[in-house]
Amino acid sequence: MNTIWALAGVVIKELYRRKDFYVLFVLTALITVAAGSVRFFQDPNIVRYVKDLCLLLIWVSALLITIATAARQIPAERENRTIFPLLAKPVTRGQVILGKFLGCWLASGIALIVFYAFFAVVTGSREHYWPVLDYFQAILLQWIMLGIVTAMTLLGSIVFAAPSSTVTIVFIVVAGILFLGRHLNTVALHNPEPLRSVIYTIYFIIPHLELFDVRERVVNDWGLVGWLDCGLATLYAAAYTGLFLLLTWLAFRRKSLT
Amino acid sequence: MKRIPPAWLLALLLTACFTLATLFVPRAASWNGQSQSDNVFKLLFGEGRRLFGNEMFIMADAYFHSGYYPSIFDRPVTDHDVAERSEGTTGNEDSTSDDFLGPPPDWIAALDREFVPNRHTHLNSGGPTGDERDSSVEEILPWLKLATDMNPQYVDAYRVGYYWLSRLHKPEDARDFLLEGVRNNPGSSELLFDLGTLYNKDFHDANRARNVWLAAWRTWQARDTNARTSVEGKRLGDDITINLAHLEETAGNWPQAVRYLEMTKQTSPNPDAIQKQIDDAKKKVTGGE
Repeated sequence: MNTIWALAGVVIKELYRRKDFYVLFVLTALITVAAGSVRFFQDPNIVRYVKDLCLLLIWVSALLITIATAARQIPAERENRTIFPLLAKPVTRGQVILGKFLGCWLASGIALIVFYAFFAVVTGSREHYWPVLDYFQAILLQWIMLGIVTAMTLLGSIVFAAPSSTVTIVFIVVAGILFLGRHLNTVALHNPEPLRSVIYTIYFIIPHLELFDVRERVVNDWGLVGWLDCGLATLYAAAYTGLFLLLTWLAFRRKSLT
Repeated sequence: MKRIPPAWLLALLLTACFTLATLFVPRAASWNGQSQSDNVFKLLFGEGRRLFGNEMFIMADAYFHSGYYPSIFDRPVTDHDVAERSEGTTGNEDSTSDDFLGPPPDWIAALDREFVPNRHTHLNSGGPTGDERDSSVEEILPWLKLATDMNPQYVDAYRVGYYWLSRLHKPEDARDFLLEGVRNNPGSSELLFDLGTLYNKDFHDANRARNVWLAAWRTWQARDTNARTSVEGKRLGDDITINLAHLEETAGNWPQAVRYLEMTKQTSPNPDAIQKQIDDAKKKVTGGE
C-alpha cells in the first residue's frame, strides 16, 4: 500500500506543478465574477444564473483536469523511460496502475475542493447562506464520477497511441454520456428493431455519469439527495471503476514497454 | 543634433497613440453600422442572435419550474407556464409540462430521478420548498432580459418580463423594460396596452394611461384584418377599449365611456354583458344631464 501511496503522491505534486489547474481556475473565476457583476433590474438577489454558470465551468474544468492528468501518466513514464527503473524496483504493474489511479483521483478531488470553495464564497456572498451539506454532497458525487472517468482514461492511455488521442476520445465519450446517457432509453423506444435492442444494450452497458450530476438540484435549491440513493450510486460507480481498472491492468500487463 | 532620450520618444509615441485613438475609435464604430445602443450579443453574433431569443425564453420557463423541465427527447411543452400571465393561471394543474416523465421505464431511470429535479413546482409558489415566503421568481428575469437582448422583436418576452416585474413591485423597471420594447417594436399594440395598464395600476397616472391606450388603439386599428379578427387580436381590442371605457367611467366622462363600450361590443365574445354595461352607463349619462 505504501508503494501505491508513494506513486499517488508524485501525481498529486504534478497537479500543482503544472499550469493546467491554475489556468482553468483563473478562467472559471474571471468568467463567474464577470457574470456575477452584471445587475439585472437592480436586483441583488438574482443569483441562480451565476450558480448555473459557475457549476458548468467547474464541471468542464474538473473533467479537463482529470482527463488530461490521467491520459499522460503512463505514456509519459514510457516516453521518458522512467517506467523501467520504476518497475525494476519491487513494484508490480498492478501497483503502478493503482498508484496512478489514486493519484489522479485525489488530485481531481483537491481541485474540486478549491473550485467549490470559490463557488461557495461567490454564491454565499449573494445569497447570504451556505448550504454546506448540499455542496459537500455535490463534491462527493462529482468526485465519485471522476473516479470512473480517471479509470476510463487510464484504460484509454494504454489502448490509444498518444495522450492527445486519449484526451479527445475520452472527452467525447464522457460528454456524449453526460448529454445523451439518460435519454438513450427514450431514443431506443422510437426506433425499430434491431436498432432498438442495440441502443438499449448500449444504455445498460455505459456508465451513467449523469447520475452524479446534481447541478440542477444545487442551483434550484432542491435540497439533499437521499443518502441511500447516494450509496447506491457509489456502489454503481465503484463497480465501473473496478471494471475499468481491471481492463487497464489486463491491457498493461501484456503491453510491451519498448 | 542632440539625441532624444528613449523615454521621451516612448512618451511621445504613447501620446500620439492615445490622441489618434480618441479620433478614430468613435469613427470606427460607425464603419460597420454599429452604434452605442448595440449590445454585446449583436457585436458577437450579428443578426444570428435572434435564433437564441426563444432558447433564452425557454430557460426562463425552465427556471420558473426550478429545473423540472422536459428535454428535447421528452414530450414537448406546448404552453410556457411562465407566460400564463393575465389569466392568472400559474397554478400547477393546467400545466403542459406537468408529469412529462411518466413512470420510470427501468431501474437506471428510477435512480436517475432521485438526482434531478423530480416534481412540478412553480417559483412564484415557493418552488421546491412549496413555501411562498421562499418565492424567488426574480430568478427568471435575467433570461427574459437576455431573450430581448438576443431578439429585440420578441414581444412576448417583454410582456412576460413586465408582468413579473410589476408583480415584484418594481414598476420603474417594468416601465423601462416596456419602453425598451416599444422602442424596438413601435407598432406593437400589446406593449402599448401593457404600458398603459402599468401607468394606470402601478403609477395611478390616468392621463398617461389614456394616451398610451389610445396609441395602442390606433396601432390596433392599423393592423390588417386577419390580425384584428384573430382570437388574440379580438381579445386585445376588447381589452384596450374596455380599459379606456373604465378610465372614462372613473373620470365621470360617461358619453365617452359609452362610445368605448359600444366599440367593445362589436368584437366582444360576450356582447350581452357589454350591452348591460352600456345601458347602465347611458342611465348615468341621462341622470347626469
